[in-house]
Amino acid sequence: MDFKSAVLGKYNARIYKNRKDHILEVKEGLVQKIDANTRAVPGLMTNRGCCYAGCKGVVVGPLKDTCVITHGPIGCGFYSWGTRRNKARPDADGNNFIQYCFSTDMQEPDIVFGGEKKLKKAIDEVMAIFKPKRIMICSTCPVGLIGDDIHAVASQAEKDYGITCVAFSCEGYKGVSQSAGHHIANNGLMKKIIGTDDGGLLGPRSINLLGEYNIGGDGWETERLLKKIGYHVVAVFTGDGSAADIARSHRADLNLVQCHRSINYVAEMMKTAFGVNWLKVNFIGLSSIAKSLRDMATFFGDPEIIERTEAVIDEEVKAVTPEMAAYKSRLQGKTAAIFVGGSRSHHYQDLLRDFGVKTVLAGYEFGHRDDYEGREVIPDIKEDADSKNIENLTVSPDRRYRAFLSPERYLELKEAIGLEEYAGLIRAMADGGWVVDDLNHFETEEMIRLLKPDLFFSGIKDKFVAQKAGVVCRQLHSYDYSGPYAGYRGAANFGRDLTMGLYAPAWRLVTPPWREVESA
Amino acid sequence: MLDQTPKEIVVREGLCVNPLKTCQPVGALYAALGVSRCLPHSHGSQGCVSYHRTLLTRHFKEPAMASSSSFTEGASVFGGGANLKQSVKNIFDVYDPDVIAVHTTCLSETIGDDLNSFIQELDLPDGKIVVHCNTPSYVGSHVTGFGQMVAGFIRYLAQKDAPKIDKIGLFPGFVNPGDIRELKRLLALMNVTAIILPDPSFALDGPMTGTYKMFPPGGTPIADIVALGGVKKVLALGLLASKEPALTIKSRCGVETELLPLPMGVAGTDAFLLKLKELSSQPVPPELELERGRLIDLLLDSHQYFYQKKVAIFGDPDTVVGLVAMALEMGLTPKYVATGTPGEAFVVEAKALFAAHHEPLDGVRIKAGADLFELHQWIKNEPVDLLIGTSYGKQIAKAEDVPMVRAGFPILDRYGHAYHPLIGYPGTRRLAELALGALMDRYDRDCADEDLDVVM
Repeated sequence: MDFKSAVLGKYNARIYKNRKDHILEVKEGLVQKIDANTRAVPGLMTNRGCCYAGCKGVVVGPLKDTCVITHGPIGCGFYSWGTRRNKARPDADGNNFIQYCFSTDMQEPDIVFGGEKKLKKAIDEVMAIFKPKRIMICSTCPVGLIGDDIHAVASQAEKDYGITCVAFSCEGYKGVSQSAGHHIANNGLMKKIIGTDDGGLLGPRSINLLGEYNIGGDGWETERLLKKIGYHVVAVFTGDGSAADIARSHRADLNLVQCHRSINYVAEMMKTAFGVNWLKVNFIGLSSIAKSLRDMATFFGDPEIIERTEAVIDEEVKAVTPEMAAYKSRLQGKTAAIFVGGSRSHHYQDLLRDFGVKTVLAGYEFGHRDDYEGREVIPDIKEDADSKNIENLTVSPDRRYRAFLSPERYLELKEAIGLEEYAGLIRAMADGGWVVDDLNHFETEEMIRLLKPDLFFSGIKDKFVAQKAGVVCRQLHSYDYSGPYAGYRGAANFGRDLTMGLYAPAWRLVTPPWREVESA
Repeated sequence: MLDQTPKEIVVREGLCVNPLKTCQPVGALYAALGVSRCLPHSHGSQGCVSYHRTLLTRHFKEPAMASSSSFTEGASVFGGGANLKQSVKNIFDVYDPDVIAVHTTCLSETIGDDLNSFIQELDLPDGKIVVHCNTPSYVGSHVTGFGQMVAGFIRYLAQKDAPKIDKIGLFPGFVNPGDIRELKRLLALMNVTAIILPDPSFALDGPMTGTYKMFPPGGTPIADIVALGGVKKVLALGLLASKEPALTIKSRCGVETELLPLPMGVAGTDAFLLKLKELSSQPVPPELELERGRLIDLLLDSHQYFYQKKVAIFGDPDTVVGLVAMALEMGLTPKYVATGTPGEAFVVEAKALFAAHHEPLDGVRIKAGADLFELHQWIKNEPVDLLIGTSYGKQIAKAEDVPMVRAGFPILDRYGHAYHPLIGYPGTRRLAELALGALMDRYDRDCADEDLDVVM
C-alpha cells in the first residue's frame, strides 16, 4: 500500500475528506493540484502557528530599529522573544531592539474594561525610555475580541511624538496559519514604511533582498556574495533589517525574493506602485546560487557584472569544493523528508541534491497553492471565509514609479529569467516523491515508519519525535543553533551538520550489548 | 548586548520589558504531560499550543505532545463548542489517549466558552475521559496555570468517598523530572508510599531506545487520581504551584492537606524529611544523614568563596524562594530576588528566609511582578557577583559581564539540566558546585597571572 492510502486509511470519514487532497505523489509531466492554505483539522496536531506569529514573529519582529510592542497577555510576546535566531547587529544609531520583548502584559481588568489605556501608557513609556523613531503594535487574540482600537492609538502616538507608529491587527485567530500574519505585516510595511524616504543616493545596481530573515546569519552570507560581485543592497526584508532602510527600498532597481510565501505581497505591490521588478532567487544550494546570481547579472546586463559574477562563482565554488566532496562521500544515496514553513521545503531540496541526497517527501506548514504549483495558479485560487478576512491591499502606480527595464527588454527578460515568476515546489521534485501540505503528527509518524527517510528536516516540535524513532532530525527553522546555510560557505556548513548528525557516535550505542546478545 | 537599557529607572505602569514569566496555558500543558496516556489540549487558536510545545521541548529536549482546537475567526465569533467536539472525536480516533486534558486560553476565555457544559455534552468512547481547567493568559502565570491543571484533574477524577489507602498524596509542584526522581528516592528511603500528581518523569526525560512512543510509560495513572480521595494525607509542595490543587483536594475530598515550600536547601530538605518521618514513624535512614553530612562538609569546605558575594536570583516564585534559601545557607548574599509572577506572598516568604538567617534586608530588593529589564537596571545601579536564574538572564550576564548559573524554568540553552534535581540534598550540592565553579572560573579569568592559584 502506498503512503497516501496507508495514512488516509486510518482516518475517520471527516478527516479523510479534509486530508485527501493535501497529499499527492509527484508524477512528472503532469499538472498537479494540491489543497493548501485551508483550515487545519481541530485536534489533529498541526505544526502550524498563528497569525500573530507570522506578523510579529516572522516579518516585523526582526526590525532592529523599531520597538515592536505586543499588545496582549504576556505569553505571545514572551514566546516570540529571541527564539527565532534572526540575527541582527546594532544599526547606525547603535539601536538593536530585537534583544528586547515589549509587551502590555494585559491583566484581567484590561480585558474587562479595555486595554487601550494600557497600550497608550506603554507607548509613553517606550518613548520615555527608548526614544525609538518607530513603534509597531501587534495585536493578540483578546485585543480583537474586546475591540481595542490599536490603529487609533497608533495615530495618536504619531501626533504626540512625531514618530511612525504602525498597528497590525494580527490576532492569532485570523486566517488559518502564520501566513495571514505575513500578509498583514506586508500590508503595514507597504502602507507606512516603504517609500517614505526619498533622500540620499543609492549605489549602482541597487537591490533589495526580500524574504530573508537572517536566520543563523544567512542574510549576511548572501549579502557578502552580492556585495563581492558589486551590488548595492539597499534593504533586507527583514533579517538584520531596519525600517529606515525599508523606507528607501522603493528606489532600488530590483527586488530579490528568497521566501516567496512571506513577502510576495510586498514584491508585487512594489512592482505595481514603484515599478521595481522582482526575481525569485534561491541562495540555498550551489546550483541554485549560481542560477540566481546569473539571473541577476542578466537582469542588469552589464558585461562587467556578468564577468564578475562568473569569477565570484568560480572562486566561491573552488573554496568549498574539497569540503563539499568530503561530506558528499558520506551522504550520497541517503534520503530525506522536509517539512518546513513556506519556502525552505523547496529551497533545501537543491542543497540536498548537491550532496546526493534524494528528497522523498516535502511539504509546507503554511504554503499556498502557488508555493506548490507555481504562481500561474493564483487566478484560480478561490477565496474562502478565512482568506476573505485578510485585507487585500490594492495599490496603484506612484508618482515615483520608475521601470528599470525598457518594455521590450522586460518582455525578453521575463521569458529568459522568469521575472515575477515562481514555479513552486512540485516541479522541483522527482517522480514518485510525496508532497504533503500541513503534515500533522500522525502523518509524521507514518511517514517515518513507511518512507524511512535517513534524514528529517522539520522543527523543534518534531525533532525529538524523529530522533527517538532513530531518524536524524535537523531543525530547518533554527538550524539547530548552527548556520549559516545560505551561500557557498553555508552549503558546506550544512553538509558538515548532516554528516555529524548521521554519524554521531551515540547512534551506535543505542542498543545495550546485552540486548544485542538477546536478539542475536 | 541590551545597550538600550538605561541606568535610570522610570516607573512603568503599562509596559513590561523582557518578562520573567509566561502565560498560564503552558503550565497547564506541562502538568497534563505528567498524567498517564494523557494528551493535553489547548482550547484556542493553534498558535498558542505551537508556542507552548516549542517552549517545553526547548527546555526538556524531549517531545511535548499536545493538540489544539484550532480556532478560526468564525469560531471566535460563534464560540468554540464545535471545535472542541470535533477535536475530541479526532483525537480519540487518531491518537487514542485515555484522557484529554483541556485548558483554555485568553481567546476562549474572552469569548466566554463554557467548558463545563461543552464537556458534559460530549459523546465519549467507552472508558475515555475529558477533563478541563480554566487558564486565561491574563491571570497569574505559567506557575498558576500548572496548579489549575492539577486541580482540574482532581475536580474531575478524585473520588470523594474513595476507599482509604495507606498512601499519601504528593503534589510535587512545578519542578523538573530530575526533582520527581529525587522525591521518589526520598519517599522510598523514608518508606512512604505516595501517589504523585503529576509525574512528568519519563514523559519528559525519556530514554533513547530507538522506538518512539507518543504516550511513553510513566505518568500518574488515572486510577491513582481517582484514589487520591482516600489517601492519609496530601503534601502539596510549592506554595504557589500547588496552592490550588491543595485547596481543591481538601474541599472536594476532605483529605488532610499540608501546603509546603519546595524541599530545597538543607533546612527545606530537613523539614520535608521530618514530615515524611512523621508519616512513616520511621527514623531518617543513615544513608540520608550521611548524604546530608557530605553536603554540609562541602559548604564548609568552600565557604570562603561565597562570603559577601552578592547574587541576583530570578525565576518562578516557588523555585526562587528555594534558591534564596540555598544561597543563604551557602553564605552568599542575595541582593536581588525577583519573579515575574504576581503575588505578594512571594515577597513575604523571601523576607522570612532572610529573617531566619538573621540577614539584614538593607539594600536588598525583593519583587513579585518584576521583569528582567528592571532587574538589569537594579544591577546597573548596584552590581552583583553572580546571577542564578533562567536562560533569558544570560543577556544580562553578557551585558554586565557577570557569571551566571542556570536554575529553574525555562532553561533553553543547556542539555541534561532537567535530569538533575534542585530539591533535596543533591539539589543544594549541585547548585553549590555550579556556583563555586562559576565564581572560581571568574576569579581565574580576571586575576593577574601571579595570582592564579592552582590550588584553591
